[in-house]
Amino acid sequence: MNGDLKVALVGNPNSGKSTLFNVLTGLNQKIGNFPGVTVEKKIGFVKLSDHRNAQITDLPGTYSIYPKSRDERIVMDVLADKNGPDYPELIVFVADASNLKRNLLLFSQVADLKIPIIIALNMMDIARQSGIEIAIDELAQKLGIQVIPISARKQQGIDRLKEAILNSTSIPLQLPSIEVEAIAPELIHKIQDELNIEHPYVALQLAHQHEDMLFLSDEHKKKIQALSQEFDFHSQKSQASETITRYNFINDVLFDTVKMNSDPKQETYSNRIDKILTHRIFGFAIFFAILFLIFQSIFAWSEYPMSLIEQLFMWLTDMGTQILPPGLLADLLIDGVLAGLSGVIIFIPQIAILFAFISILEDTGYMSRVTFMMDKIMRKVGLSGKSIVPLIGGFACAVPSIMSARNIESWKDRMITIMVTPLIACSARLPVYTLLISLVVPDVKLWGLINMQGIVLMSLYVFSIVSAILVALVMKLVIRARERGYFIMELPVYRIPRWNNVLLTMYRSVKAFVFEAGKVIIAVSIILWVLSSFGPSDRFDKIEAKYSSETIKQQFPQDEIDRLQASEKLENSYAGMLGKSIEPAIQPIGFDWKIGIALITSFAAREVFVGTMATIYSVDGDDTHVESVREKMQSARNPDTGLPVFTTAVAFSLMMFYAFAMQCMSTIAVVYRETKSWKWPAIQFVYMTGLAYLASFIVYNLLK
Amino acid sequence: MKLSQFLPGQTGIIKEFTDLEMSVKLIEMGCLPGESIVVERLAPLGDPMAITVSGYQLSLRKKEASTIIMQ
Repeated sequence: MNGDLKVALVGNPNSGKSTLFNVLTGLNQKIGNFPGVTVEKKIGFVKLSDHRNAQITDLPGTYSIYPKSRDERIVMDVLADKNGPDYPELIVFVADASNLKRNLLLFSQVADLKIPIIIALNMMDIARQSGIEIAIDELAQKLGIQVIPISARKQQGIDRLKEAILNSTSIPLQLPSIEVEAIAPELIHKIQDELNIEHPYVALQLAHQHEDMLFLSDEHKKKIQALSQEFDFHSQKSQASETITRYNFINDVLFDTVKMNSDPKQETYSNRIDKILTHRIFGFAIFFAILFLIFQSIFAWSEYPMSLIEQLFMWLTDMGTQILPPGLLADLLIDGVLAGLSGVIIFIPQIAILFAFISILEDTGYMSRVTFMMDKIMRKVGLSGKSIVPLIGGFACAVPSIMSARNIESWKDRMITIMVTPLIACSARLPVYTLLISLVVPDVKLWGLINMQGIVLMSLYVFSIVSAILVALVMKLVIRARERGYFIMELPVYRIPRWNNVLLTMYRSVKAFVFEAGKVIIAVSIILWVLSSFGPSDRFDKIEAKYSSETIKQQFPQDEIDRLQASEKLENSYAGMLGKSIEPAIQPIGFDWKIGIALITSFAAREVFVGTMATIYSVDGDDTHVESVREKMQSARNPDTGLPVFTTAVAFSLMMFYAFAMQCMSTIAVVYRETKSWKWPAIQFVYMTGLAYLASFIVYNLLK
Repeated sequence: MKLSQFLPGQTGIIKEFTDLEMSVKLIEMGCLPGESIVVERLAPLGDPMAITVSGYQLSLRKKEASTIIMQ
């Protein structure tokens, strides 16, 4: 569907903007990024009439046009850039009718940019319930624009809204709100003249925000900077007085259009729920119970779909081997591309379930209570209450979690959150841990009840939280704050989650993961395939000659020969040579060159470790044959000493290594994208690998 | 008296702010001089606090609340 009218949705957080977006566009959405930044850009299409469609962009929710976080900055970037690709022809302003005063602040700012605008007055049902009466026609008259009462959740008033979009004019009709020019008359006029800007409020906003505006040239930025200095422009003072003036205007507008009949003494249901959910004792107990439930579900519910995906890929691999003519191309497609692809797809169930839960927690309003409860603890270690969301998400996957750190306003808090999230035991570590634990920890029950292996696994999870906290504490001292951190946050009323919203969030996060992280994982898988399937040709020729000799063929069955040959080829491949070359470095922590190969191949993703172990110990199979890998590893002996390779010391040293090391290309890629510099991923890589080495060294030497 | 000294259940009216940067953020969220505030509760560990202001609930740290002077 094409849109012939560009519409932008603007509004406060929790105003129901996203619900309206989903109601209007359904599955007609595409997710992209705003140019130059990684803020998610949601675009959808809606059919207005038989021959008119609109393209709707959902801009991030914000309380004011003065941004406080990276996401919010986009709003001004889009609305101030007249020649930008996303500049709307019409703004649909979504306002929460039950809290009109605060909502109209942003409205009056946006309206002064003089883009045609209409108001979708959402949550009319809730406003009515709490005794708020709004004279809609008078309100529309006072503002000079169309005001359409809707309830996005109940899908009421949507047709009227579409009609209003259809009937909108291409010239802005909104009446002037405050006298913008009076704020900084000379400066505004100068900027208007110099940059050829029509509307005074756009010019004023450039004076405030020019440094962060992506579309301004450096030359223009310098010019505005010079002008601001010339006229002694004080951004904060100007903003404070402008905001107060705007509230005076809003009070005038609301004076005879909104009537409050509510009894302020009557306790709201939200307050009653809060008494339990943020209770001194029950509050934390309930929170940990919910967390427990989420992790149980992530592992329990994803087991079946994950095994289905595994089977599907095994089937595809079989089919590929049968159909494709054997040779390099087939190997590349099957061992490179398909293996990489399965490494991505296998995580879809866990990511989908995690995001379903996060979306439910956010939708109900519970997540902001968790933030509220945890803020004091988190602040002690240099994080913010808002860091709790990425950290919890880190148990599933660091990639989407690091992206969700965007709504942390303070730069320092956000950086520390990004830096420590990959320490949390993510789901990719699980196959590695399970394999190693089953190798060295006996499968016995303590007191006939508690599984020993389970305890070790749980300790590793707890250990990951402790290490994240300790590293955060150190970073708190090292990283210097750019601005004061603060925690002024709306606590939205409790709501029933919107199930289609939950489904859409699941769909979107899975899609983002597959396409964003997937690209990197597949690319690296192909590189690793090249490294592990090619080697110096003289060596490979010798191996091939050896295994095609008649004497060998008489000794072993064909599939055994294939396995032995694969194992020997890997040993002599470039990856194998790399493994051998790093052996001196990893010997102090108990690893031999075979483990070295696995460390290198699992650099793309941790779980590749299991598959590489399978190939190295020439086992027929992959991750699905953990049992047989384990047996082979158990019986592996050091050729020089004759002692087992995988002692308790080595296994725990490996677990420590995987607990700390940044063995994840996708995380490095996402940290680069989120911080827009290689500095942070580099620091992260160095400190994590350093800690990994240190921890492994200590553990290995203690247990040896 | 500062807002941070209020106890849960207490009500008051905003008089002024002591910090420009914080005041800009608070005003945007509807904490205007003359607006009445109800302190609803404290977080389980005593900080931050949850208040009702202009018809909705807002949470803020005590440090931030200490920049709000009440009548």
